[in-house]
Amino acid sequence: MTESKPSVFFDLYGVTTHDLESYLGAALERGGDYADIYFEHKINFSISLEEQIVKSATKAVNVGVGIRVLSGEKTGYAYSEDLDSRSILKAARTAAFIASSSSAGGRVGIDAPEVHEHNLYSVPLLSTDLGIQDKIALLREADQAARGFDARIHQVQTSYIDETKHVLIVTSNGKYTWDLQPLVRLNVSCIAEENGKRQSGYQGAGGRRSLDIFRDELNPTALAREAARLAILQLSAIEAPAGPMEVVLGNGWPGILLHEAIGHGLEADFNRKKTSAFSGLIGQSVGSELCTVVDDGTIPFRRGSLNIDDEGNPTKQTVLIEKGVLRGYLQDHLSAKLMNAELTGNGRRQGYDHIPIPRMTNTFMMAGESAPEDIIRSVKRGLYAVQFGGGQVDITSGKFVFSASEAYLIEDGKVTAPIKGATLIGDGPTVLREVNMVGNDLKLDQGVGICGKEGQMIPVSVGLPTIKIREITVGGTEK
Amino acid sequence: MTLSLKETAEQVVRRAVSKGATAADVFIREEEKFSVTVRKGDVETLKESVSRGLRLRLFVGKRTATSQTSDLSPALLNTLVDETVEMAHLTSEDASGGLPESTASSSDVSALELLDPSWADFTPDQRIDWARRAEAATLKADPRITNSEGSFDFERTRTVLGNTLGFFGEYEGTSASVVAMPYAQTPEGMQRDYWASVSRFRSDLESPEAVGQRAAQRALRRLGARKVRTCEVPVVFDPLTARTLVGHVFQACSGDAVYRRGSFLIDQLEKKVAASELTIVDDARKTRGLGSSPFDDEGVPTRRTPVIENGILKNYLHSSYTARKLRAQPTGNGSRTGSGSVGVGPTNFYLNPGVASSEEIIASVKSGLYVVELIGQGVNPVTGDYSRGVVGVWIENGKLAYPVQEVTIAGNLHQMLNDIELIGNDVTFIGTISAPTVKIRNMVISGE
Repeated sequence: MTESKPSVFFDLYGVTTHDLESYLGAALERGGDYADIYFEHKINFSISLEEQIVKSATKAVNVGVGIRVLSGEKTGYAYSEDLDSRSILKAARTAAFIASSSSAGGRVGIDAPEVHEHNLYSVPLLSTDLGIQDKIALLREADQAARGFDARIHQVQTSYIDETKHVLIVTSNGKYTWDLQPLVRLNVSCIAEENGKRQSGYQGAGGRRSLDIFRDELNPTALAREAARLAILQLSAIEAPAGPMEVVLGNGWPGILLHEAIGHGLEADFNRKKTSAFSGLIGQSVGSELCTVVDDGTIPFRRGSLNIDDEGNPTKQTVLIEKGVLRGYLQDHLSAKLMNAELTGNGRRQGYDHIPIPRMTNTFMMAGESAPEDIIRSVKRGLYAVQFGGGQVDITSGKFVFSASEAYLIEDGKVTAPIKGATLIGDGPTVLREVNMVGNDLKLDQGVGICGKEGQMIPVSVGLPTIKIREITVGGTEK
Repeated sequence: MTLSLKETAEQVVRRAVSKGATAADVFIREEEKFSVTVRKGDVETLKESVSRGLRLRLFVGKRTATSQTSDLSPALLNTLVDETVEMAHLTSEDASGGLPESTASSSDVSALELLDPSWADFTPDQRIDWARRAEAATLKADPRITNSEGSFDFERTRTVLGNTLGFFGEYEGTSASVVAMPYAQTPEGMQRDYWASVSRFRSDLESPEAVGQRAAQRALRRLGARKVRTCEVPVVFDPLTARTLVGHVFQACSGDAVYRRGSFLIDQLEKKVAASELTIVDDARKTRGLGSSPFDDEGVPTRRTPVIENGILKNYLHSSYTARKLRAQPTGNGSRTGSGSVGVGPTNFYLNPGVASSEEIIASVKSGLYVVELIGQGVNPVTGDYSRGVVGVWIENGKLAYPVQEVTIAGNLHQMLNDIELIGNDVTFIGTISAPTVKIRNMVISGE
């Protein structure tokens, strides 16, 4: 194991191996094919600083156990926030109800805990064990840096959030494993005002690390100056164009394009049910040969990384698109079993109160060969989009959007005026065909991604080299 | 021995005071949930749970800290209260902080009709059957519906709130929803849509068959959707998409956004901010309202607050904190965030209906877009700049002509609110924010 026994469940809540065996037995007492139990203990700590004062500090402790029983394509699920045997057995029997045959019940034997393939985020000193003063110092530094950036910066709001999550997973097919998952994040938001005009700017960063992540290039001063720069820049932004245009996406966070346009549509549940625009397209060309897209949950310290997914399976690198050809889906236990496919370690859930489903981890495009300057120089008239807010996709029709928050016009190969935010809209299964240049500057985002699906929010990352899209619709107001 | 929620709340408040807190309030919510989804006639997922969450806010003088937990065992709570008091010593003094000056004097909730006792004899099999019926109705509505999901969700909640000023109140509520989500398919492509009925009372829910059929019609009308040319035309929002516009108004009128100057509606009280036909209220006293409650999440009595009246901005919405910051009265919109702190939330926030039917509104458009779904987050709450992806139906000579997708609509919320020309009579309540059909004079559609 990469981590000593998660004492929180065994010592604090008195869970024993014997108990785990009897819970699995109860879960299968009506004849389900498979059962798993997910214990979660999560501590969150957050502080916010606003109007130059520490407005609040918060600690949250959430503990629970979720029990799932599968019977064919059916899922029964129940959870308990009490970790005593009586409550857990009750939840197990509630989940068991999905299956309707009778079975002997009793106990399901489990083996010794498994050794992890990965050790991606070993942190010597957990952020949740550090004092509040160190965290306040980060916020004070960011606040001062943002205010000092420009006299037009009027409002600065900074916040710090960390999380230490212990999980323990045991399954009826012999899996017995656990993990400790740290996560930190720092946010800076500014509002700039000038002549009655107001604009906002945001920058954030984080990952599966401790406070040391904010020491080097992700230091609070750098983040704050960037948030302030964006707010000031927007004061002079002009209306965005409307209609199809050539668009250059900057590297890093614009990888949200892949998350929306490609990633969601390749989650196995939609494809098993044939409700995705990508259903049945495996092996077919969906993009230019320049495009290779992967989902990789194994990158050390990344926000979307995991040693094991929330079903206890090791995460992997999965090739989604190889040189333009659609290669694979992102699987969880249920879909992999029903589709007779290999597991990819993408079964994830928001917490003990949710059923795991196929989700992304860190999703990005491999670097190409073009120099970013050459990509911009090749555009006569187009848009250069560097920062984005959020995005969304309609899995079934394949139409997706993502909204630029920092973008410029490109005129005669040069980056010129900043433009106001605008939504870009396109079609997932065809947008990569329009990619005709891929940069050599792959970068992952700074660790702020949150992905929502079926009401479950989870941390993810995205990444992209600078790329050029021959044509995509830009949703501005200037016709 | 298990303590009642009231005893737990009282004990936490007492512990906080004994450890040095000068004021505190405790909010506990218990939720009993049942959820079933059905696909192609078979149950796909069945989920049942009872969960509890406790949120504590305490003050040491003018300093504050908060905490939240799902673990209500005395040992954990004692430690958490002690840690919260320690944290409060390390935050800054905030002159506007504190408990509300006055709280609700009675928590008589019967007039609000939040709880329907008739759910008690609605068995799990009946609940599953409703999901099955909704799905069956949508699947058999048309041969082009090739796939579908139906669901039924039920929730019974109990909310308990107590504070160091002697306030104690509690209320219970029920709500249920029936949803159908059909997938319609032709060789040219696939489309999905949904319809939902949500209500506190069993007798107010639409029949599963009605939900399924309406969902099917919504999905079928999207088949064959195409882009249109970039243009500037009138835009009609259906009630579900008009809700999102009203949601942007809520955000902009929330005291939190206003004091942070993060709203396009700051400094506009008593000024004209919208077309004179437009009236928006926040009404926590609406009978059977999904957002109704006797008091807000810090014990302030709830009320009906006009927000925009005949186009004039009348009130922002407040918690006790934002009210002090902006020298206004609390409006009973205090809302506990996940972390235990108190923000500003909507109760039943809705755009008052007009007189026109949706057919009359569509008939008033010579050439324009009827919006049935919006995607993406392209709204800037500070400036009101608006740019979102759209699915809709093109209107030609007053009639719905053909479906449209992969286009955006763009404008600015200031202008859009002022450009509202017609308001429908068809307010659809499926959440805390609601609206009827709305027509906006002109917006830019970006397409081919």
